[in-house]
Amino acid sequence: MRKKLVQIGAGMAGMRFLEKLIEQAPDCYDIEVFGKEPWGGYNRIMLSPVLAGEKQLPEIMTHPPAWFEEHHITFHPGVEIVAIDRDRKVVRAADGSETPYDVLVIATGSNPFIIPVPGHDLPGVVSFRDIRDVDIMIEAAGKHPRAAVIGGGLLGLEAAYGLIRRGMEVTVVHLMDILLERQLDRTAADLLRRDLEAKGFKFAMPRQTARIVGEERVEAIEFADGERLPADLVVMAVGIRPNTTLGQQAGLTVNRGIVVDDQMRTSDPDIYAVGECVEFDGQTFGLVAPLYEQAEVLAKVLAGEDAHYQISETATMLKVTGIDLFSAGDYLGEAEGSEVIQWQDHQQGHYRKLVLKDGRISGSVMYGDTHDSHFIFDLIKSKRDISHCRPNIVFGQGYCDL
Amino acid sequence: MTTETIKTTCPYCGVGCGMEITVDHRLGEIAVAVQGDKQHPANYGRLCVKGSSAGETIDFYGRLTTPMINGQAVDIDTALDHVAERFRAIIEEHGPDCVAFYVSGQLLTEDYYVANKLMKGYIGSANIDTNSRLCMSSAVAGYKRAFGSDTVPCSYEDLELADLIVLVGSNTAWAHPIVYQRIAAVKKARPEMKVVVIDPRRTATCDLADLHLPIAPGMDALLYNGLLVALADVGKLDQAFIDNHTEGFDAALAKARETAGDLDSVAQRCGLERNALAQFYQWVIDTDRTVTLYSQGINQSTSGVDKSNAIINTHLATGRIGKPGTGPFSITGQPNAMGGREVGGLANMLAAHMDFDEASIDRVQRFWNSPTIARAPGKKAVDMFRALHDGEIKAIWIMNTNPVDSMPDADFVREAIEKAELAVVSDCMASTDTTVVADVVLPALTWGEIDGVVTNSDRTISRQRKFMEGPELARPDWWWISQVARRMGFDGFDYDHPWQIFREYAAQTCFENDGSRDLMIHLPEDFDQDAYDAWIPKPWPITPERPEGTPRMFTNGRFFTPSGRARFIAIEPRAPQNQPTEQYPFRLNTGRLRDQWHTMTRTGKAARLFSHRGEPFVSIHPNDAGDLKNGELVRVFNDRGEIVVRAEITDTVRPGQLFVPMHWTEQFASNPRVDKLVPPYTDPISGQPELKHAVSNFERWGARQYGFLLSREEVDVSAFGYWAKILGKHFVRYEVANREETDFDALLEQLAPEGGTLIELRDPAAGIWRAAWLVDGRLSRVLFLGPSPDLPTRQWLGERFADLELEGATRRSLLAGQASGAKDVGPIICTCFGVGLNTIVEAIHEQKLTSVEEIGKALRAGTNCGSCIPELTEILAREIG
Repeated sequence: MRKKLVQIGAGMAGMRFLEKLIEQAPDCYDIEVFGKEPWGGYNRIMLSPVLAGEKQLPEIMTHPPAWFEEHHITFHPGVEIVAIDRDRKVVRAADGSETPYDVLVIATGSNPFIIPVPGHDLPGVVSFRDIRDVDIMIEAAGKHPRAAVIGGGLLGLEAAYGLIRRGMEVTVVHLMDILLERQLDRTAADLLRRDLEAKGFKFAMPRQTARIVGEERVEAIEFADGERLPADLVVMAVGIRPNTTLGQQAGLTVNRGIVVDDQMRTSDPDIYAVGECVEFDGQTFGLVAPLYEQAEVLAKVLAGEDAHYQISETATMLKVTGIDLFSAGDYLGEAEGSEVIQWQDHQQGHYRKLVLKDGRISGSVMYGDTHDSHFIFDLIKSKRDISHCRPNIVFGQGYCDL
Repeated sequence: MTTETIKTTCPYCGVGCGMEITVDHRLGEIAVAVQGDKQHPANYGRLCVKGSSAGETIDFYGRLTTPMINGQAVDIDTALDHVAERFRAIIEEHGPDCVAFYVSGQLLTEDYYVANKLMKGYIGSANIDTNSRLCMSSAVAGYKRAFGSDTVPCSYEDLELADLIVLVGSNTAWAHPIVYQRIAAVKKARPEMKVVVIDPRRTATCDLADLHLPIAPGMDALLYNGLLVALADVGKLDQAFIDNHTEGFDAALAKARETAGDLDSVAQRCGLERNALAQFYQWVIDTDRTVTLYSQGINQSTSGVDKSNAIINTHLATGRIGKPGTGPFSITGQPNAMGGREVGGLANMLAAHMDFDEASIDRVQRFWNSPTIARAPGKKAVDMFRALHDGEIKAIWIMNTNPVDSMPDADFVREAIEKAELAVVSDCMASTDTTVVADVVLPALTWGEIDGVVTNSDRTISRQRKFMEGPELARPDWWWISQVARRMGFDGFDYDHPWQIFREYAAQTCFENDGSRDLMIHLPEDFDQDAYDAWIPKPWPITPERPEGTPRMFTNGRFFTPSGRARFIAIEPRAPQNQPTEQYPFRLNTGRLRDQWHTMTRTGKAARLFSHRGEPFVSIHPNDAGDLKNGELVRVFNDRGEIVVRAEITDTVRPGQLFVPMHWTEQFASNPRVDKLVPPYTDPISGQPELKHAVSNFERWGARQYGFLLSREEVDVSAFGYWAKILGKHFVRYEVANREETDFDALLEQLAPEGGTLIELRDPAAGIWRAAWLVDGRLSRVLFLGPSPDLPTRQWLGERFADLELEGATRRSLLAGQASGAKDVGPIICTCFGVGLNTIVEAIHEQKLTSVEEIGKALRAGTNCGSCIPELTEILAREIG
């Protein structure tokens, strides 16, 4: 008799896990999947192009219900699991129904962080996480002229870009005076800002949001200095928090995320977790690459192989048409013993920075021209000594005998 | 007329090659094509790299285009009045010997003649000397001692007729390339013909040699005394010739035996292997048809005259002179050094091969019908500048030469010119190390713009012909001199055209010449401008009996001494005056390179002439180099000063010896003037300085930053402690270095061209700094700095100056200094893994990929964020339908 595997969540990590599992162990499990959203699996990363009108929803649907059928997986779209009963090894849905499991995979992802300022719950204040958020934004763009996006990170900029493409006048409100400060140094951030301004972005930075004002609907953001920025739509894009609710409820070990070992196993040996909801080695995850790596490890583990997850370097891209940027590793280069190589074409607004430590590339930022980013990224990951081709390393593989 | 072909003579070395210039007037600017003149007896159509690139040097860039007094442009009349009045006043106050002319082997014979006439016949002083003093005055003195006249016995044809050619102190391959090619052609046709090179360095000329004798510097006279002994010992003397046509043989042989009687000792003192030396002697013994070709290596010495006589002695002893394929053949450096010797443009000659004897003085004055006449030799170059420094000479007129670079003790010479009451410099270039210290500069016309004659090393007189107009205010040298003479109140200078001067000069050579003077240029009675224009190259003497000229001299065994006999000279070999010390253990030799000429005022305009060697350098033997690496900057120094040049580690020089080329000036490098290290020691007879032998030491200059700058225009590079300027096509290249790392930001500010946009690379920890500026999308300047001389090639960057625009990949590559070695992957499709369109298309076809999944497996594209999957689908559809 086959084991019963239940998965909570049908996001990108969970779906990648399932793909790999049925590829490697097609007959091991009876699988049942619960998805909170009322549709199948989709590429959440592509919500930005959808918001911008550059792609359509059907294009980003990766796992429609038919896919589940095809692979003999029982799929429950729009059904939220509210509790795990570890003693009885069942999960309970919002409607009270229970489903037993032998093996449970928690893939509940993350929740957008909502700054708890007064007015954060006004109509017209939205996060940027799922298709419903996108629908709200698109609808608002059709009716209202002005938007404010709180957060000058990747998601915030992508949201702002989408809304500008939808015809809104958009101001990005950022706490720091450097955009993408977790990916870019000041030089790159300034170049980015210049390019985004050319695309119609407005910026209020550094600015701290004190509250959101409005009667029936959001009308403005009020900053800490009292100044107000009129806005008919406010998008909160200040970060995500692992969705650990179920783990906590079930009494699993949870810090910032649900704690897993290097085989994605939680403190309960029959319960695994994968994706943005987990914490491994003290870290939580938000980019897609490590999620996929975790999914592959988990698939192997549940297929009976000996696989172990290791945190690898991740690189950043921004999905704003016409903006090429790349960031990985120690992009600031301020650590003791770090050496910095910078190349810049001022007129083109192209910029490259490599951070070296002990003859190895430990980080990089590229802006405007990311041609050689994969080569540099590989070197960051492989930690190869590049001392002998240092003078031209910044120009990429074509100049380096590696 | 749109194109025309004009025959002229090359402006460079003393080979004196004929050229055919095809001038194309159709393009707004004059364009010329240069070819060798197939009829010219010097070259029969061949040209070397310098000559064939002469057409690239005729633009007016850098030309002196206006007279200037104390840096202020003035009109011609003002300049002439000023020069004439100042000379007149100084002569009036201090006498005629307080002024001097320092002239040049670059002058045409007509210019020389007029200058000599003015100084000796009208001012009344013999203080006119020429830069030929620095290159072949010892050869002149040697000939005169032996033959009673300054007569080159040979013709180039003798090289083809010889069975043994001995090249002594002559890097013929580089300094006289066409003579070398002629020898090479003979060697190819008659491999049994032997070539021996006697030179401390293993020069390019040695490629042709059957034997190279790397003689210790300055020991040539000893070697030739030894040869005289060897000839005598084996009975290879031509006793009949010695008896009938010479005098002084016994004393010469006795001195030779006394000083060089033992082969082992000679070999040891010359630093040669005994067998090699014996082999050389044997070949000379065995070969009647022997030509000895010698040049600066013999002449630039404190015993240069003795060396040339030691050579001549061996030819006289064997009767190997005046016969086909024989003779002691001094080859000259400059295009018209010989013309200067002829007219008498040297302080120790009067005029037209006449000296300061009473009869000649009287004859010359009568011929000129001049108000006065110099009665005694004037000051030779080294003494002339010393007198200028001392204040004994107050005024000097320097014509077409660059003594601040070419004279020994060159800093002293610069000081002398700076101190002069009046220093007038005629030149075609605005900025030379000499014009910049002059009080008055006069713009001279130059090659291609003037008419006149030159005489080459084998006495062949050829025409230089005008084929283009020069700058509006520039004038021929004879014109400047004549005009000043007239304004000083002198008759006898009312020339309208150089043909009149040539006719007068030719007449002087014939004046009261019953055959006792070798130099004779006999012209037909009706010689006029047409005949001058139609002049065909021919070697003097040109006599009524031999109107076609005289290729070979002394065929009858008669010489121009009072007795008619050639004179043996007893030679006591002397080592160079300056000997190494503990402090300065190295012997410093100077010389020429293949593709540069003199102080680079002309060759410095032709980009391709820099491709051979672009920077000043010092050759150092590996044994002496220690841990010094090729290309490092070194300081070569002695008590007189220091220069900073690149180290070239090479075994072409012997241990203990250094070699530095003499070409570089402060117009082309920060501190390259090697002649300031050379002591002003001169040959007691010829007054020729010992430019090929100084002593010095060297050490690392201590560069901590090396780099280069390419710029579309010239730029101020004074921020660098070391720089050398090298002309490129469409750009100027500067090689630079500093002893301390420069402030890059300050440098960027200083070097930025107007309207330029910057691309920069900074790697402070590695000391790598690079910058490029674009103006209107084209490359304007590019700077590379690094901690070692190991920098990318300049070639690719140089070529970018021709690009009308710089497309993305090129622009991105600029500061790498080379095109990417990587394939162009095309526009990036998968940003996560950096997979480009070209890579994807290639993989689809080569690996027969049919789905997005297969692409993902092959290239990883689309397997991370998946954003590119729609594009991958499109690409697939497009490629495989």
